[in-house]
Amino acid sequence: MAKIFAVTIVLIAIGSAIPIVMHTWHLPEDISTHGPLIDEQYGDTMAEAGISFLASQILLAFFIWRFSNVKPGTKTRNFPGGAMGLVIAAFLLVGTEVLALGVFGAKAWASVYFTPPAADALPVQVQAGQFAFYFRYTGPDGKFGPIHPDQINEANANFFGLDTTHDQDSKDDIVTAEMAIPVNREVHLLMHSKDVGHSFFVPELRVQQDFVPGLDLSVHFTATKVGKYEIVCTQLCGLGHYNMKAYLEVMSPGDYDNWIKQQAALQ
Amino acid sequence: MHDTSAHAAQHGAPTSFIRKHIFSLDHKVIGKQYYALALVAVVWGMVLSWIMRIHLGYANFAIPGLHLLSANGAPGNIMTPEYYLQLMTMHGTIMVFFVLTTAPFAAFGNFFLPIQVGAEDMPFPHFNMMSFWVTFVAFLVLVSSFFVGDGPTLGGWTQYAPLSAVGSVSGPGQGLGVVLWAASIAIFCVGQLLGSLNFITTTLDMRTKGMSLMRLPLSAWAWFVTSVMGLTAFAVLMPACILLILDHVAGTSFFVPSNLVINGEVLPHSGGSTLLWQHLFWFFGHPEVYIAIVPGLGIVSHVLITNMRKPMLSHRVLIYSMGALAVLSYMVYGHHMFVSGMNPFSSLAFSFPTLIITIPSTIVVLIWLGSLYGSKLRINSASLFALGFISMFISGGVSGFFLAQPSIDIMLHATYFVVGHFHLVMAVAAIFGIFSGTYFWFPKMRGRMMNETLGKLHFWLTFVGAYCIFMPFHYLGIAGNVRRYQAFTDDYLIPLIPVHKFITIAALLTGLAQVIFLYNLFHSYFKGAPASDNPWEATSLEWSTATPPPHNNFGDKMPVVYHDPYQYNVEGASTEFVMQTSPEQYNNPHEEK
Amino acid sequence: MTKRNKFMAVLSTMVLVSCGALFLGQKVNAAGEGKISGTVKLDGTAPHMRGIDMSKDPYCVKANTATPAHLQTVEVGQNNGLENVVLYISEGWTGAATTSTEVPVFDQKNCMYTPHVLALDAGQTFKVVTSDQTTHNIHPLPNPMTGNIPWNQSQPPGAAPIEKSWKNPEVIPVQCNIHPWMHGWHVVVKGPYATTDSSGNYTINNVPPGNYTVTAWQETYGTQTQKVTVAAGKPGAADFTFKAK
Repeated sequence: MAKIFAVTIVLIAIGSAIPIVMHTWHLPEDISTHGPLIDEQYGDTMAEAGISFLASQILLAFFIWRFSNVKPGTKTRNFPGGAMGLVIAAFLLVGTEVLALGVFGAKAWASVYFTPPAADALPVQVQAGQFAFYFRYTGPDGKFGPIHPDQINEANANFFGLDTTHDQDSKDDIVTAEMAIPVNREVHLLMHSKDVGHSFFVPELRVQQDFVPGLDLSVHFTATKVGKYEIVCTQLCGLGHYNMKAYLEVMSPGDYDNWIKQQAALQ
Repeated sequence: MHDTSAHAAQHGAPTSFIRKHIFSLDHKVIGKQYYALALVAVVWGMVLSWIMRIHLGYANFAIPGLHLLSANGAPGNIMTPEYYLQLMTMHGTIMVFFVLTTAPFAAFGNFFLPIQVGAEDMPFPHFNMMSFWVTFVAFLVLVSSFFVGDGPTLGGWTQYAPLSAVGSVSGPGQGLGVVLWAASIAIFCVGQLLGSLNFITTTLDMRTKGMSLMRLPLSAWAWFVTSVMGLTAFAVLMPACILLILDHVAGTSFFVPSNLVINGEVLPHSGGSTLLWQHLFWFFGHPEVYIAIVPGLGIVSHVLITNMRKPMLSHRVLIYSMGALAVLSYMVYGHHMFVSGMNPFSSLAFSFPTLIITIPSTIVVLIWLGSLYGSKLRINSASLFALGFISMFISGGVSGFFLAQPSIDIMLHATYFVVGHFHLVMAVAAIFGIFSGTYFWFPKMRGRMMNETLGKLHFWLTFVGAYCIFMPFHYLGIAGNVRRYQAFTDDYLIPLIPVHKFITIAALLTGLAQVIFLYNLFHSYFKGAPASDNPWEATSLEWSTATPPPHNNFGDKMPVVYHDPYQYNVEGASTEFVMQTSPEQYNNPHEEK
Repeated sequence: MTKRNKFMAVLSTMVLVSCGALFLGQKVNAAGEGKISGTVKLDGTAPHMRGIDMSKDPYCVKANTATPAHLQTVEVGQNNGLENVVLYISEGWTGAATTSTEVPVFDQKNCMYTPHVLALDAGQTFKVVTSDQTTHNIHPLPNPMTGNIPWNQSQPPGAAPIEKSWKNPEVIPVQCNIHPWMHGWHVVVKGPYATTDSSGNYTINNVPPGNYTVTAWQETYGTQTQKVTVAAGKPGAADFTFKAK
């Protein structure tokens, strides 16, 4: 029984590793400039975690195989080196491993969060609400008009609560239901939640950031590949959470200019 | 070292049925009551997960009778999105609080901690009785939310504000459902605080003659460490829940900022902070993970030593590691909030302790593996589940490397990777600890043996099944599958549905295998072969008393302890194992003093 | 009396009673024959009804490819007739609150509400159904002070119809949060009512003779009232004109 158990553990361990090694399910293709650092960090971590996983499972299996149901007369033995050896090994191996991961991971994190957006980054505001995203572009004046929560009227397509009659800055604001951005240009995404907590996740873009109601945050990124991607909500926001999404279209600069003109005409 | 006979909780054996079995002051009865509660809760929680799994694998499949569970949740037996989330919330809450906290900690701890330290009972038996009944009321309050208004809350067991704080306008169950949820958890906290107080005092003040702290078995140490964590963690969660209730019923705005608009209405709240809830919740929530798993570490060590026929390589190192886990568990909670909008510098600050906590975890695993070396391992249901625990703990632990790093968390946060991680390391591992403890201690608790053949069959199906369910979760997460979705309608998620189908089938079959356990438990309870006082040839105090133990645990004479808890195959001893109470003198150079 | 005679007597009594009942019933109907009719128009240019971008749910996009959906806050038809205006008797009605026994249907079709405005009697049962292959939630938000209780329920494709009623008169906005552009109205009134068709025409049936105040409600422009008299055999008439802002 113990031997079958040991074999089962090894089979499960190797079986679990196969889809990882084969990339059966892998991180979605990266289309961001900051993504490679994250992917590299992920790859390093997978290698270290994978080795730790396989090594300890196989060791466990081997000891179960070797030391179960031994002959009655056998004496018990202690692991050479004893506990101290193992503690030192844990500190040295795992300690340096996590320290290295931590330091390099911090670099990846810093590249996302500790660098300010470029001055010419394209500002786009995204508003999350139960259960849809809406986007706002500044229009020619480069300014977003103020939001008046009491004027939000979804029946009238005033999703942001803009007062276009009184606020000069709001008049040329362009509100859209899908997000389009030009390729290879930095985007400064200003995040605003209308009601509860939501999140902005585009796996391909290596961006995930929660919306905090009452606290407007921003992220910035540059997309490097033209295409249509999905923006999904990852923070439980109510019954329609599963269907809270929008499309992100990364366009060539020319296409983007046409698109924004079209959208302006529809306002 | 204390002579406890003078100030032990003195209460005579009760005679009436009610004082004996219902409002009992006896820690052993209370322990069994906790176990029974956890059993009811785990069955309920598992049934909820089946319903969820069927829906995830086979959306819009009409589950016969589903409409009976909820008036609005399942028109024509077809699951609505809100009902899925309500089931999910209840599954999480029931499992985390009423199973993973009650069974390994409150159930086994209540029964065996006083016996293992050599006490007649806990120091505050009335608090102890109250602790169970308060927990029971908390369970009733939680379950009652199925039957009132528009059902239980759908906000998830983490109950993030402001979704949880603005009332029913934000979704079905978000009014009364949340209030009942928060009330239930606040009541639950009271029960755990009373329990923790008893556990701590028992360990520190009730030890019998000769029982130094270092002579306590690892299980007793685990419960002690857990109760210290419980005292601080639940003391934070309880006020948080009360504040949440106030936001609902008293018009306060602790967790709700100004100017939120739902359905075109500006909500009448202002000035609150949504991140405040997350900080309060995870300051409890992360220690809670260790509250669920540390008793498992203790139980599994205790079971393994008995079945390895040798002590762990180092008793002290395991105790210090558990202590380190407890201390660090408060410093790592921020890793749940890397992308939540807190300052990105804080994310880095929380990242390092989270990575460092892998060191004590690794030490525990290495000590286990190193101790297995050169052992004389006995394979039985209890030791199989203990070894299975180690395997699960490793598998669930290594994924922690990913989630400890904010940069990778950008990709994996709120995906099935996280779900796979915490189910393996916290849920499945802890449940394996409970199973191991059950097969090991059932003879002592009931006086009858459990069926070994059924126990092993149960183990095989559960071990393989659990991996089939939870390993694929990681793959789904890597592919970007967001958690807490009731259906997968996104273009990139649709190709993943076959994986969900596989998981659903695995979950149903593994769940079905638990019927074997239930049958074994109930059959053995009434018909099991009589157990001897020490069927496993173990050394700690619970095995030196009668089976089942008498009302005051040790009969007329309190035990006196002469040895470390795990004297197996000691050089110079006359027998293969030496009970802690054996006055035999021999020279053991490794013995703790 | 023979048995047979007895039977005949009972039968003839029954026939007589039934005839009387029929006659009486007709009389009731005759009283209800009275009606109020007219046309509701818009004075001025109708505001531009923006198209609705449903791109968040590909199902909805596909369902609307033939005829793109647009806002419905002001719907103007032939001769500037205003659609979706609810007309009801706001003063002078002494009959029962519920005058209609039919069960109107509020359908979710192509990710829009059909009808956009549903007029109802207080206490009248209505049915919410879905013709879509995507899940909607129906979230009416009455003012709780009116005694109407807010609710919020989802309807997955193929789910059973939801049957509900409103207790008290109120204009209730209805929204689908999953598709936030989906917006409709339940206009709950007492007594007979009518909703204008695409040309702005309406007829309130079953109005007994009397003096009434008729109110016209339009979601963007609010309400207007007129006094109307209905005499026996002479229906009332009231035309309304809303001014475009």
